[in-house]
Amino acid sequence: MKAANSSRSKSEISFIVNGDRKTMRVHPMERLLDVLRQELGLTGAKEGCGEGECGSCSVLLDGILVNSCLIPVLQAKDSVILTIEGLAGIAELNCLQEAFLECGGAQCGICTPGMILAASYLLQHKPQATMEDIREGLSGNLCRCTGYSQIFEAVAEASRRKATA
Amino acid sequence: MTTGRIVGASVPRKEGRDKLTGKAQYVDDMQLPGMLYGATVRSRIPRGKIKKITFGPGIAWDEFTVVSAKDIPGKNCIALIVDDQSCLADGIVNHQEEPILLLAHADRHALPKAVDSIAIEYDPLPAIFTIEESESQSQIIWGTDNTFKTYLVEKGDVDGIWERADHIVEGEYTTGAQEQLYIENNGMIAAFDPQHGVTVWGSLQCPFYIHKALMSLCNLPADKVRVVQMETGGAFGGKEEYPSIIAGHAALLAIKSGCPVKIIYDRMEDMAATTKRHPSRTRHRTAVTKDGKILGGEIEFTIDGGAYTTLSPVVVSRGAIHAGGPYYRPNVRIRARAMATNAPPHGAFRGFGAPQSLFAVERHMNRIAQTVGLTPVEIRQRNFLKPGQTTTTEQAIRENIDLEKLLDRALQLSDYHSMKKRFAGENATGPAKKGIGIAAFLHGAGFTGSGERNLGSVVEVEACADGSVRVLVSSTEFGQGTKTVLCQIVAETLRIGYEDVTIAQADTDDVPNSGPTVASRTVMVVGKLVQSAALGIKQTLTAAGVIRPAYSAQEFRAACRAYVAAHGALRSSARFEAPSDVFWDDEKYRGEAYAAFAWAVYIAAVTVDMTTYSVSVDDFLALQEVGKVLHPVLARGQIAGGVAQAIGYTLYEKVVWQNGRMQNSQMTNYIMPTSVDLPPMRVFFEEMGNIHGAFGAKGIGELPMDGPAPAILNAVEDALQVSFDSIPLLPEDIYEKLASEAVVETEFR
Repeated sequence: MKAANSSRSKSEISFIVNGDRKTMRVHPMERLLDVLRQELGLTGAKEGCGEGECGSCSVLLDGILVNSCLIPVLQAKDSVILTIEGLAGIAELNCLQEAFLECGGAQCGICTPGMILAASYLLQHKPQATMEDIREGLSGNLCRCTGYSQIFEAVAEASRRKATA
Repeated sequence: MTTGRIVGASVPRKEGRDKLTGKAQYVDDMQLPGMLYGATVRSRIPRGKIKKITFGPGIAWDEFTVVSAKDIPGKNCIALIVDDQSCLADGIVNHQEEPILLLAHADRHALPKAVDSIAIEYDPLPAIFTIEESESQSQIIWGTDNTFKTYLVEKGDVDGIWERADHIVEGEYTTGAQEQLYIENNGMIAAFDPQHGVTVWGSLQCPFYIHKALMSLCNLPADKVRVVQMETGGAFGGKEEYPSIIAGHAALLAIKSGCPVKIIYDRMEDMAATTKRHPSRTRHRTAVTKDGKILGGEIEFTIDGGAYTTLSPVVVSRGAIHAGGPYYRPNVRIRARAMATNAPPHGAFRGFGAPQSLFAVERHMNRIAQTVGLTPVEIRQRNFLKPGQTTTTEQAIRENIDLEKLLDRALQLSDYHSMKKRFAGENATGPAKKGIGIAAFLHGAGFTGSGERNLGSVVEVEACADGSVRVLVSSTEFGQGTKTVLCQIVAETLRIGYEDVTIAQADTDDVPNSGPTVASRTVMVVGKLVQSAALGIKQTLTAAGVIRPAYSAQEFRAACRAYVAAHGALRSSARFEAPSDVFWDDEKYRGEAYAAFAWAVYIAAVTVDMTTYSVSVDDFLALQEVGKVLHPVLARGQIAGGVAQAIGYTLYEKVVWQNGRMQNSQMTNYIMPTSVDLPPMRVFFEEMGNIHGAFGAKGIGELPMDGPAPAILNAVEDALQVSFDSIPLLPEDIYEKLASEAVVETEFR
């Protein structure tokens, strides 16, 4: 069977993801989310809505928090990408992930990778984030399980621990 | 009540690390070699006969696997309660989005265009969309009278109360549909080979529901159907019955193509095609004395079931049983009905009929208070159920619940009285109106009546060769903490480490049928069974002489290893047995409806912006008695999450219907609460214990869905001194009502 996107329409695209340079032939309008998940097997970024509302596909692109479902892979050419898999490694948890585990910040887990990346981006820019900062900073990431309160607690706890570390 | 080392402690969630690192495998994360992608061709009319199906030009149809009703090896129905729902429409459709054909192709990008190029011609039939149209029977769309199920609950002598009444209070209350909106859309992968039969992996709540549906659909024996739950990204009831359809579709495509097939819905398809909470209408007519005592009355509870039976008989039953609220009614008649319309079937959603009927009764209590001249607090105090009294089904309250005390504590914690006074003062002059509202309610845990007896759930606990202990259940994890709490129960029971206990993936080839993961039954019912199966392991090891009565966790591990090395695998099972003193009459709907009730008082404080008419919830207090809290962090998470979902139900989430189809099937236009929309949630527990649950636990998961809607609308009433009896309550609804009342007032003057 032949694929709908024939190889002629593909281009070579290269970027650094989680510290490794990846080069692949993909359709330039393919969504970054699909390239990460299907070409690179980085399935930590999830599709919840496909229209940039839920934030489950959040990754950091050149240090900026983006919805990877809205990014044509062309736009990620030569960029530096961080996904949940690159945040701390598979075996260990970073301070934020530890706080999520203790405070109940993850329930079903589907929004969790995006939420962790959003929280991580927030704390990077506002290490002493107030509750208002946290509510605002995570407002692009939807969670249907927690009612957010234990997520807020986790982010506040991580912020405290980082300050005293 | 036992307080242990592990039960009652907030141990780390079993699958927490995998979820936090992105390692957890959800169905869309799984690939199989040679896998095709599947898509569904659906009806675009609400009711009619299929005249002709044309496969359009410009598509390489020979590359596609196409499945229609005639390809079904077994029975073309989704086996559940009544066999009235086809897996694929055969000649006739009864709702928008009804599945008609299935397509599979190796390139998922090829599917949308192919689906769109299939033209279906219909002979349309008249369709109905409301409870009222269904009741009028102007069109008969189901059975002989459009009625899926009726129940009658009767207690005492209702006809004799009206002449003794000082007041007769009437009210009508309605609730809208609500989308579960789990963030992971529905999805399934199926594979088939003649030797092993069908295997499906998916996002699901009830492996054995799917197992049963696939046996009948694919005409396969039990041992040729295997259902495996993948990590499931939220469910809330939305993955209770609908996954049987998707599993059936993926299986049919896999059988016909000979390749594994993955079907993942996108958000629009998931929202438009799958189940939602049943819209409802409740009518109360209540006889009350001048001092506010309820003599009794009539309650009529009706739900819109959509086009097929699915779970509506059970939903309407639970709604009916909860319709009286936590109040004593010496005389009551409850008529409950599930009606057919041409909407996609409505289905399971956290609370399962109870949020609808409890919304009505808690609004109605405020209406009674106003009529009699009492406060919302007083009317509740005077009518609360007390130990020894009976519910509407004549179930005696045997536990020592003190609802007046529960209400008192909630009033104190929320600072209710001083807030109410302050708001009344500020509202006289301020640009925004503030109010505070109460809801008191109950939620029955486990299947209704003889349900648990009929299920006869089975669990197993296994001592493993490496010395660990493994729990085997079909009860699934989808965020609530099933895995964690069941492992806690086993560790506590056996006095071993939490890390010494693991839980098997819910795979029907491995695990016994511990029943569906629904009805707030997992911790209470399945947990109790897991506890007794764990004790069986200890007894066997003791009898075999490999452990002494007082043992360490290390000695227990050594004993498991020694036993398995000498005798082979050790599995202990436990089967549900109904207590002999529990009575339920399925015909008269009388008796012990639930093994346990959880009790709660919720208090909401709101602000109504008088420029935009939007309501914001400023503070939310949730106080509940849920038996022993086995895991404080998970329990708080259940309450806060349920309250958030219920705030959405009350103030934001409106399903817009047009010709029987959801018009706003996107996260852009169906609005769920974000992190900036929710109030601080103050969650408190009373812990009384429960003899029917593991370590005294009751059900908890559904309870928080029941109370917020009436508490918030009671608070809006307090703020505006105007009553609203319908949810969702959007700013335009408030504006319209205030505008119309202002007109009336002007004309009157």
